Amino acid sequence: MRPFAYERAGDLVSAVTAATIEADSQIRAPIQFLAGGTTLLDLMKIDVMRPERLIDINPLEKSLSEISFDRSGLRLGALARMSAVAHHPDVEREYPVISQALKLGASAQLRNMATLGGNVLQRTRCPYFRDVSWHACNKRDPGSGCSARQGLNRNHAVLGTSDHCIAAYPGDFAQALIALDATVSIAGSKGDRRIPFSDLHRLPADTPHIETTLSPGELITEFHFPARPWARRSLYLKVRDRESYEFAVASAVVALDLADGVVRDIRIALGGVATVPWRSLAAEDALRGKPLDESRAGMAAEAAFATAKTFGGNDFKPELGRATLVRALLAVAMLEVRS
Amino acid sequence: MDTYSPLKTPSLSQRNGSMTAVNLVLSVNGRDYRLTLDARVTLLDALREQLSLTGTKKGCDQGQCGACTVHVDGRRILSCLTLAASVEGKAITTIEGLADEGGLHPMQQAFMDHDAFQCGYCTPGQIMSAVACVTEGLAETDDDIREYMSGNLCRCAAYPNIVAAIKQARIDMQRGRS
Repeated sequence: MRPFAYERAGDLVSAVTAATIEADSQIRAPIQFLAGGTTLLDLMKIDVMRPERLIDINPLEKSLSEISFDRSGLRLGALARMSAVAHHPDVEREYPVISQALKLGASAQLRNMATLGGNVLQRTRCPYFRDVSWHACNKRDPGSGCSARQGLNRNHAVLGTSDHCIAAYPGDFAQALIALDATVSIAGSKGDRRIPFSDLHRLPADTPHIETTLSPGELITEFHFPARPWARRSLYLKVRDRESYEFAVASAVVALDLADGVVRDIRIALGGVATVPWRSLAAEDALRGKPLDESRAGMAAEAAFATAKTFGGNDFKPELGRATLVRALLAVAMLEVRS
Repeated sequence: MDTYSPLKTPSLSQRNGSMTAVNLVLSVNGRDYRLTLDARVTLLDALREQLSLTGTKKGCDQGQCGACTVHVDGRRILSCLTLAASVEGKAITTIEGLADEGGLHPMQQAFMDHDAFQCGYCTPGQIMSAVACVTEGLAETDDDIREYMSGNLCRCAAYPNIVAAIKQARIDMQRGRS
């Protein structure tokens, strides 16, 4: 690991002020926030991330880790640990998909460490990104090329790819955020702002090294989930190469407002198959106002992957992704949900 | 319990050549240790190399195997992905701190009773993780034990015996130590 200066945040304002620095993107800035450390220290050990200064924001945990639920919805502090949120009774009852997505991520130890803010910003597992002995990686070294397009790409994305990057977004929780209309509160030295979660991540396009719309120094402070009729009838289905402690090959979030067998409203997001957290409006549109049965579910799944592009190793993913979504749709329709 | 108190100085690291040193006090198994460390030193390396507490094992050193599991303020975490500097003021418990004058912790005894290891390298991490799994209330069924222990790999594949040991220790722990 390369040397860095270590300091602790005294308060939020001084932390974001200290971290505000000129850089082409937050993730490549020489000053980084340290929260759970499960992504950052991992990537620093393998020399993919090379910050010169770390600002430890764990001292801010008390003020930024609140979990609160009321009629307006659910608020989750960005420094809340994955495990605390996953097992919170309000979350389990009112937003089961959030609890499930968090419980199915990583391991018990990592969930005790990792914060929600860090979780949504976790970096791709693309092996060419994670191994600096590969020269070509546009995400790690802009303009150097992409080793994955012609390489081993079984785990890579089929949705949202570009000529410059096909790395899959690895997270689970983000799929719940994007499906459930969540917003993100962000603190920065130029003031605070609040944006839809769907505006946080950027498609790779021709700048895959700029992964989010955060500026250097900006810090996610809170996630807000509005109260919605489809929140309780929701689930996360994750398909993996092994039973536990593995990233998704394909996954689906479905949240459903069902009335007499007819879809009043529905939210669908897909994981493991896209370059960013991926909401499928096409699949939702195929179901809204329609009865939810196997044939309709199949049509929605077709719509979800209509624009999929595969690269050899991941040719199987659209079919697996469709099957995952169909299974999730039929399962969520069968859920017993008390009003 | 929260014993954390942020330092008054905005920065506690000083540059010394290419190395950035950090002065800190670590509280491990109820004892305080005053240390000067390179800021890069993980909790795992501080325990093993500075405090000679070699019960905590270095397996993969990248957060994938669980051999380095310790408790920080009662929560199981991976010491290989934790900077020593970031846990100053927290109560750290390692495998060496689990037994007391009354004898082995019920989980340690259960691992012996059920032969829940072969080479033993993953065992300290398994035991630390298992103790937390029980106190978190996540060891009620065999399936739960397997799921919530999935962050601890055992390449000897002693998994069935580990599950049996945790079931025994869960009962002993719930009865309270005699």
